Amino acid sequence: MRDWGDMDVLDLARMQFGVTTVYHFLFVPVTIGLSLLVAILQTLWRTTRKTAYLRATKFWGKLFLINIAMGVVTGIVQEFQFGMNWSAYSRFVGDVFGAPLAFEALVAFFLESTFIGVWIFGWDRLKPGLHLAAIWLVAIGGLASAYFILAANAFMQNPVGYQLNETAGRAELTSFGAVLSNPVALAAFPHTIFASWLTAGTIVIAVSGYHFMHRRDLDVHRPAMRLGILTTLVGGLGLVLSGDSLGKVMTATQPMKMAAAEALYQTTYNAPFSVLTIGSLDGSRGTPIIEIPGLLSFLATGSFNGEVQGINDLNAQYQALYGPGEYAPYIPLTYWSFRAMIGFGMLAVAMAVIVWWCTRRGRMPEHRLFWPVAMWMAATPFLANSAGWIFTEMGRQPWVVFSLYETSEAVSPRVGVPTVAISFIGFTLVYLVLAVVALKLFLKYAKAGPPDAEGALATSSPSDEPDQPMAFAY
Amino acid sequence: MDLTTIWFIAIAVLFTGYFILEGFDFGVGMLLPVLGREERERRALINTIGPVWDGNEVWVITAGGAMFAAFPHWYASLFSGFYLLLFAILVGLIVRGTAFEYRGKGDTDRWRRNWDRCLIAGSAVPAFCWGVVVANLVRGVPLDANFDYTGSIWGLLNGYALLGGLTTLLLFATHGAYFLHLRTTGDLAERARATGLRLGAATAVPALAFLVWTQAAHGNWTTLVLIVLAVMALLAGLALDYTGRGGWAFAATALTIGLASAALFCALWPNVLPSTSDAANSLTHENAAATQKTLGIMTWAAVIFLPLILLYQGWTYWVFRQRVIVERIPVA
Repeated sequence: MRDWGDMDVLDLARMQFGVTTVYHFLFVPVTIGLSLLVAILQTLWRTTRKTAYLRATKFWGKLFLINIAMGVVTGIVQEFQFGMNWSAYSRFVGDVFGAPLAFEALVAFFLESTFIGVWIFGWDRLKPGLHLAAIWLVAIGGLASAYFILAANAFMQNPVGYQLNETAGRAELTSFGAVLSNPVALAAFPHTIFASWLTAGTIVIAVSGYHFMHRRDLDVHRPAMRLGILTTLVGGLGLVLSGDSLGKVMTATQPMKMAAAEALYQTTYNAPFSVLTIGSLDGSRGTPIIEIPGLLSFLATGSFNGEVQGINDLNAQYQALYGPGEYAPYIPLTYWSFRAMIGFGMLAVAMAVIVWWCTRRGRMPEHRLFWPVAMWMAATPFLANSAGWIFTEMGRQPWVVFSLYETSEAVSPRVGVPTVAISFIGFTLVYLVLAVVALKLFLKYAKAGPPDAEGALATSSPSDEPDQPMAFAY
Repeated sequence: MDLTTIWFIAIAVLFTGYFILEGFDFGVGMLLPVLGREERERRALINTIGPVWDGNEVWVITAGGAMFAAFPHWYASLFSGFYLLLFAILVGLIVRGTAFEYRGKGDTDRWRRNWDRCLIAGSAVPAFCWGVVVANLVRGVPLDANFDYTGSIWGLLNGYALLGGLTTLLLFATHGAYFLHLRTTGDLAERARATGLRLGAATAVPALAFLVWTQAAHGNWTTLVLIVLAVMALLAGLALDYTGRGGWAFAATALTIGLASAALFCALWPNVLPSTSDAANSLTHENAAATQKTLGIMTWAAVIFLPLILLYQGWTYWVFRQRVIVERIPVA
């Protein structure tokens, strides 16, 4: 990293993209996961008529809304900053990349944003079945939204369905079907959704755990805890399977990223996977602490003896193809973010297994540190999600669109340092304040617990009484 | 009609829809300190738009996404060129969206007062900046051969654009007042009516000046007709509000915004961002456009989904059609 005084527009634009995107994605998986869990809880209430499920729906619904507000407002920045900071990129890819973004808004985001309003305010205005449909539409909108965004991102990892128009200087769409069925998107979508389930499940465990610790409202929190554990475990298992297929797609489409994940410099058969390395990662003095023989070959190719191409060979290949230059990403970052992603994800799964074991058949863990530790573990999926995206995006460098367009060319050519600095600092400060506020509110309402049965029921059916207070008001 | 023309119209429709819908949201936000004299009244005001503001905001996200896909150069030049204006709009929308959801979840007066400030500023700043953005679009900016804006933020804060900003600021506030007149009851509705009347009169002056300036500098026969109709609609809104017909007054300002926005896009046509430095560098609906292939796919998506969106958004307005009564707001 150079001196702060030497920052150019490219550095600032990249930092802004990193900060705003990682921040946005703190809230996205929670939204995707919790919308589904709230929809399930409300469905359970409609089918079983047990008030505990209604109270759980209201309780988790509120926490869901605190989170989704952040996701929505930070999402707008994502769409605008391509044009603001990356105008050259936008001109180059707009014909291909813009369509999935437009589809996301038309197909998914309208649905999600309209029906979230219907769900929030509709408790006493709609027939129960219709009101239930609203939260399911929100959940479906979130899923569809994720797919289109991942399809757009997949084009940056593995450009398909386009041809280069040299005269116009841009990539032009030849097959929208190919863009939407990009193998990277097909593998990244389940991976992202499972990560969202892991994230939401872990939060449900942590929040329910707080109330287990205080032995409060267990009739509400016990079923939620079971649902949370199940969601975390399904998410964890899905992450392993989808991560495996994503790894193989990545090896096929971006072999450099796989080599960078292991800091593997020489092409190797039966390549090992190092859990940790001390020393440097520049290929000269690294000392792996624990190595699992053949695992990297297996992750990359499906065979323990498979060939994994090394950074040096790939660099030479790319130099022959694309001209002189350095085609490896920053290795320490890819190496450690890959491990952080896997490690923190596995911690979350381990925690879910332990909590399941210790609470099985009505048991209650007695150690005073059990629940506090479980609650702190709620941070792990966020660390894993952030590390995963940092790995994916930094591992693609120096390209913004792999093999087509370098990040250094992509930045807005006429936007000056002060302008980008103002927006970078501005967004960072606003986001910091909002992070504190959102976390405080989340904790406050998580601790407050669900409404009592009377309160939950009073505001949960259609009413035309003119004098009755609104069931929900901002 | 060729696809680039269709998509020029589609983008114009999306922005116009956005200004009509979020226009009254912005208005309600700006009128919070004027009409909300005590806590329950402020909550009543916010709840008139509570169920719909988020859906309204998606119009601009769709407009942005559609512009990116259908006119990549327009999107790139506009967003990188009008950078700080869009930054201000974004910060406004962020604090405003958060305020809706978080304001009622705190305990102290200070908490609510701070979020009220976010709501007011987060409504007023975008309402003003969108006017500045659209006026500069019509007026044109210096562009180089790559269609990149060569000026600075100061070049965007010219007299015509600032007048445009003042017009949208006041027009959206008026639109919001008429909306509140329609959506509240009793004393609050009456004060909304009276405020709407004053605001409407205050809007007429800059709006007339801005539209006449637009006609004189960038107009043609079509814009003339649209501008005359827009001014008539604005005056009709005033008269309707005066006679207590809140719903019709609101329809009139919706029409005013729609007609004025249509006039501005007609004044822009066939350019999408004219260059004031060298006419050869102007972005038009043709040289800014995506390929026929992309435009064709986008057209199918719009034909299928836009009617659907209008249907379900329209339905939500029907579901929440009841007026908000201050006495029905639960005491916090």
